[in-house]
Amino acid sequence: MTDEPLLRVSALSKFYGSRVGCDNVSFDLWPGEVLAVVGESGSGKTTLLNCLSTRLLPSSGTASYRMRDGQFRELYRMSEAERRFLMRTDWGFVHQNPADGLRMTVSAGANVGERLMAVGDRHYGKIRATAVDWLSRVEIDEDRIDDEPRAFSGGMRQRLQIARNLVTGPRLVFMDEPTGGLDVSVQARLLDLLRGLVTDLGLAAIVVTHDLAVARLLSQRMMVMKDGRVVESGLTDRVLDDPRAPYTQLLVSSILQV
Amino acid sequence: MTAQPKDIATYNFAYLDEQTKRMIRRAILKGIAIPGYQVPFASREMPMPYGWGTGGVQVTASIIGPGDVLKVIDQGADDTTNAVSIRAFFKKVANVAVTTDTASATIIQTRHRIPEHPLTAGQVLVYQVPIPEPLRFLEPRETETRKMHALEEYGLMHVKLYEDIAKHGRIATTYAYPVKVEGRYVMDPSPTPKFDNPKMHRSPALQLFGAGREKRIYAVPPFTEVVSLDFEDHPFEVQTFDQPCALCAAENVYLDEVILDDHGGHMFVCSDTDHCEKRRNAPTSPLWGGRAEGAGGGLDQSTPHSTPTPALRADPPHKGEGKEKQ
Ligand SMILES: Nc1ncnc2c1ncn2[C@@H]1O[C@H](COP(=O)(O)OP(=O)(O)O)[C@@H](O)[C@H]1O
Ligand SMILES: [Mg+2]
Ligand SMILES: [Zn+2]
Repeated sequence: MTDEPLLRVSALSKFYGSRVGCDNVSFDLWPGEVLAVVGESGSGKTTLLNCLSTRLLPSSGTASYRMRDGQFRELYRMSEAERRFLMRTDWGFVHQNPADGLRMTVSAGANVGERLMAVGDRHYGKIRATAVDWLSRVEIDEDRIDDEPRAFSGGMRQRLQIARNLVTGPRLVFMDEPTGGLDVSVQARLLDLLRGLVTDLGLAAIVVTHDLAVARLLSQRMMVMKDGRVVESGLTDRVLDDPRAPYTQLLVSSILQV
Repeated sequence: MTAQPKDIATYNFAYLDEQTKRMIRRAILKGIAIPGYQVPFASREMPMPYGWGTGGVQVTASIIGPGDVLKVIDQGADDTTNAVSIRAFFKKVANVAVTTDTASATIIQTRHRIPEHPLTAGQVLVYQVPIPEPLRFLEPRETETRKMHALEEYGLMHVKLYEDIAKHGRIATTYAYPVKVEGRYVMDPSPTPKFDNPKMHRSPALQLFGAGREKRIYAVPPFTEVVSLDFEDHPFEVQTFDQPCALCAAENVYLDEVILDDHGGHMFVCSDTDHCEKRRNAPTSPLWGGRAEGAGGGLDQSTPHSTPTPALRADPPHKGEGKEKQ
């Protein structure tokens, strides 16, 4: 389709004082591509994700995003207003804990509709119809539309958070351990759903996970991190079936799997 | 400087010291320059508790001069405890003329109403505001709400209205109904009934808002656009009443329910007592003869001119101000 990446990341580093968050990370992300970032706890995955989504400013390095008009914009030079606009229109962010990404005291319908209202939709009937549609796409019954997420199970909350993010048709979604706090059976269902949505919508995504099975199921490409640095990257199947870095070999042989 | 009468010698004019008044005037001027924007100010202790209009009192104290004529209303009434004591306060500390007549007042301090009599250029309406932040109910973090105002991110306001419709089938917010000022800032009009919102739009009077506890002042200059938020398919509407005022037969005014006895007897009368009394006292008023036809069958006929005292009024909304508590 296009011969240019969606996101270009170059030599990105983040230090917390003298402590390394992530160090000298570079990669390109292509439209419709799902990249998994794996590594054990403390390896810098969340720090990297937060820098990329501009929730955190890096200590050094650059990241450019190709806007809908085709122009690349340097993320850390955008105004806060532009970044926030990007975050609620062209991007999504799925938190591990759904309570961090939902408004727990407003209804499911309003949670899904908020982004639409934020970009100026002013027709209640249409907003509600879109919310109904999105709830069904994440397998939440229409009759739960006026319930607050407080009344939902963990899996439902996570699916609601996903619907809330996807309603504006973003091109890039950041996910931090999206199946993290869930039971294994619930995880499997959510992964199926996510995989379907990502494929149907042609979404690009950066998925942080410590679970290699999640990476295998969702991503085409993966990066392995250790102590803030990328120790190996490549096509997911290749990295998992034929790991080259000794650390990845350990990880894959499940000795280090958390 | 004219000499001040002895009995106010222990106070500075209008109670506040000149330094404080200057500080508050600067906040007011800034508010006028940025219509609808909440200006922080160093709210002072006043000789009355928060919730009694300390914000409004400080604004009034900072703008009032010896030549002003002050009117104070509480829920539309000039004769409630709150209104009477604020009026008495300024009479004492500023020695100003006071009135209940809307048309002849130069400053009207109000809690929860805009008078029915249209305001004119040169008049100032000072609102007492308990909670100035319209986004507060959905976003409690002040750092975040400030950012939302700065970046004009007001989607959340419609989330609130969406919830209303989802729960009640219509926008059920009737007090403190949010407005957009001059196409820019979303503002809480204080807990006035939404009935009064249209009166704010392009009003010739200057409207000032003071929140004492929250230390905020904001303003709507004369002839400013004030638009109530709504949805295309659920447009803003004011309350309507299916009967006229039982005392003066006024229509298209805001009515309060008045309890008449212990047996469920009640009637609806003007919330604006000055407006009601004027209509009833006007010798040429055709309404005078027709008064008895109103719903007020149980009214004491020996005092036809007096508006029911506040004690008789059904408890009107106070600080809950129509924003549902979760
Ligand atoms: N806010 C912070 N302040 C100081 N150190 C931090 C902060 N956040 C993360 N770190 C440190 O940065 C490193 C990477 O953490 P993180 O990005 O959370 O890793 P992961 O998501 O892979 O578990 C860790 O050593 C962690 O202790
Ligand atoms: Mg993490
Ligand atoms: Zn009346």
